[in-house]
Amino acid sequence: MATRTVTIASSVGLHARPAALFVEAATNTGLDVEIARPGEDPVDATSILGVMALGAKFGEEVVLTADGDGADDALDSLVALLSRDLDAE
Amino acid sequence: MPAPETTHGIGVSPGTAYGPVVQVAPPVRPPADEPAPADPDAALVDVKAALETVARSLEERAAAADDTAQQILKATALIARDRGLAKAAGKLLHAGRGPAHAIAGAVEEYAAQFEALGGLFAERVTDLRDVGSRAIAAVLGVPAPGVPRFDVPSVVVAEDLAPAETATLDRALVVGIITEAGGRTSHTAILAAQMGIPAVVQVPHATAIPVGVPVALDGDSGEVTTNPDPSLVEAQRVRAARRTKALAARSGPGVTRDGTEIALLANIGGVEDAVAAGALDLEGVGLFRTEFVFLSAAKAPTVAEQTEIYRRVFEPFGERRVVVRTLDAGADKPLAFADLGPEENPALGRRGLRLSAERPELLDAQLEALAVAARETGADVRVMAPMVATAEEAAWFARRVRENGLPKAGVMIEVPGAALRASDVLGEVDFGSLGTNDLAQYTMAADRMQGALSDLLDPWQPAVLDVIAAACEGADRAERPMGVCGESAGDPLLALVLVGLGASSLSMAPSKVPVVRFALSVHSLAECQELAVVAREARTAQEALQRVRDRADRQLTDVL
Repeated sequence: MATRTVTIASSVGLHARPAALFVEAATNTGLDVEIARPGEDPVDATSILGVMALGAKFGEEVVLTADGDGADDALDSLVALLSRDLDAE
Repeated sequence: MPAPETTHGIGVSPGTAYGPVVQVAPPVRPPADEPAPADPDAALVDVKAALETVARSLEERAAAADDTAQQILKATALIARDRGLAKAAGKLLHAGRGPAHAIAGAVEEYAAQFEALGGLFAERVTDLRDVGSRAIAAVLGVPAPGVPRFDVPSVVVAEDLAPAETATLDRALVVGIITEAGGRTSHTAILAAQMGIPAVVQVPHATAIPVGVPVALDGDSGEVTTNPDPSLVEAQRVRAARRTKALAARSGPGVTRDGTEIALLANIGGVEDAVAAGALDLEGVGLFRTEFVFLSAAKAPTVAEQTEIYRRVFEPFGERRVVVRTLDAGADKPLAFADLGPEENPALGRRGLRLSAERPELLDAQLEALAVAARETGADVRVMAPMVATAEEAAWFARRVRENGLPKAGVMIEVPGAALRASDVLGEVDFGSLGTNDLAQYTMAADRMQGALSDLLDPWQPAVLDVIAAACEGADRAERPMGVCGESAGDPLLALVLVGLGASSLSMAPSKVPVVRFALSVHSLAECQELAVVAREARTAQEALQRVRDRADRQLTDVL
C-alpha cells in the first residue's frame, strides 16, 4: 500500500473548486484512493462530499493512500495537485 | 382561442412584455405518506438513476453556461454522482424509508456535517439541498424545481424568485417576470428593475396559469392579461414605442421645465452594477449598498480587500458623486461575520448604525477603505449611515467619518423619529437621504418582507407623504440638502411629488432614470409643489395617486 502526506496549498482549503479538481483526478486514477487527516479514519477520495466533509483547510496536512498497480505514480500526481493553489488557477 | 383575462398586481419594473408563460417549479419535498420500499435494492437502483439524471442535466447546463457558472454546475454534478450520497441513501432504504425520504435523509446527513464546519463549507449546503430537491423530483416523476430551460423569449412566472434565481436569469430570453408573492421592495423587484426586465408582483393565481399560455404584462400599471387580444398587445406596443421616442428626446442632468436642478442618480449594489451604471447618462450614485458586496463573506473583509472593491466601484464614475451607505446588516440581510444573534424583531433591532455601534471596528475598517479608494480614484465620495434615529447618533457617525479623512457625512432618513426631528439630526451632518422603503415600513408598522401587507407599504400612503414632508421641512430649516433613494424615487409621478415636497436629488434603479428625467422636464417646480399639496389632501393612497395622475401633464401620463 502506497502512502503520502501532503500540505494543502489551496488558499480556500480543500473545498469547492480545489475539492472538485482533486476528486476528478482521484477518480481518473481508476484506483481505490483514500484521504484522511493524520491519525483519523480515511474517506473515499472519489467522493466530493466525503472530501469536503473532511474540512481540510489551507496549511493542514492530509494523508493519501492507494493500492494496486501504479499506486505510487498515482499518489505522486495527486500530491503535486494538492501542493498547488488550485483556487488561484 | 380562450378569452382574454386581466388581473392586477403591482408593477415593480417598468416596460411592457408579451410572451408565452414559463412556470418556475417550487422546491420538491418528500410526500408525507411515502410507503417503505418493498424491495430496497430495487429502490436503490431508482434512486441512483434519479441522481444520475440530475448529474446529467447539470452537466448539460454547464456546457451552455459561462466560465464561473460552469465550474459551479460541474462541481454540483459531482455531488449528484457522489458514491457516499448513494450509499447513505441505500442505508436509509434498508431501514424502511421510501426513496424520496432516503434522498432527503442522505442530503441532510452531509448538510449537517458541512454546517458544523461553517464558513465556505457551510455555503455548499445550498447546492447540496438543490441536488436533493432535484433528485426527489426525478424519483417522484414531477418537474424539477427552479427555472426550467427554455429557448424562446418568455415570461417567467413564479410564486417568488430567490435573489440567486433572479440574478442568473438570461436577459435575452426573459422578457418579463410575474410573481404571485413578493412585494414592491422585495429583492426580486429591485433586481428586476436593475436588470431592466419588466416585472409585476402580487399577481393572484399567477402560478396557476398553464405553461405556454401567451401573456401580456405592464410593469408600470401592474396589469397582467392572459390570452390577450391582439389589439391590447398592439396598444401596449404603441405606447411603449411612444414612450421610447419621448424618453430618447431628453438627456443630461435632471432639471424641471423652469430650470430647477434635480440630480438623477443610480442605486447600485456592487462592481457589476457600477460598471453598467457608470456608462449611462446619469449624475452619479445616490445609494451604493455596500452589504451586497460582502453578503457571501464568512469573515470580515480586510481594509485592503474592501479598498480594492470600492476602487472598482468608484472608477466608472470619474468625478461624479458616489453616495456610499455604510454596512446595513441585520434584519433581512444577516451577515455571517456581523451576527449579534437572533432577535425577536430584527427590523426593530440592532441593525444599520446600531450594529456599527456594537462593532465599531467594522465601521472604522470600512471608512478607512472608502477614504483610501476615494483618494486613489478622485471620485466625489459621500458617506451616509443607515437606521439613524437621533441627533446623537448622527453626530457620532459624522465624527468617525471625519476622523477617517472623508469630507462629507450624511444620514439615511428612514426612521420616522429622525424624519420628525430632521432639523436636529441633519444639523450634525452634511446631507440627508430618505429611504422611503424602510420609512414606509416603520411609519405604517408593516413588514417589508410581508407581501400581504403591500397596500400598507404603498409610498403613496398620505401618512408616509406627511412624514416625508416633515423631513424635508426639517432639512430646509437646517439648510441641508435632502435626497430620496428609495424605490419611490423611480416612480415618475411620485418623483414629481417628492420634488414638490423638497427633494433635491432622486436615486433609483438606473433603468428608471430616463422616465423620471422626462417627467421633470415637462413640469415646473411650482407644478410639482402643487402636485404635492394635492397628493397630501387625499385620504387614501389610491386617491393620492389618482389625483396626481389626473393633474400631471398629459405629455407624461400619455406614455405611462
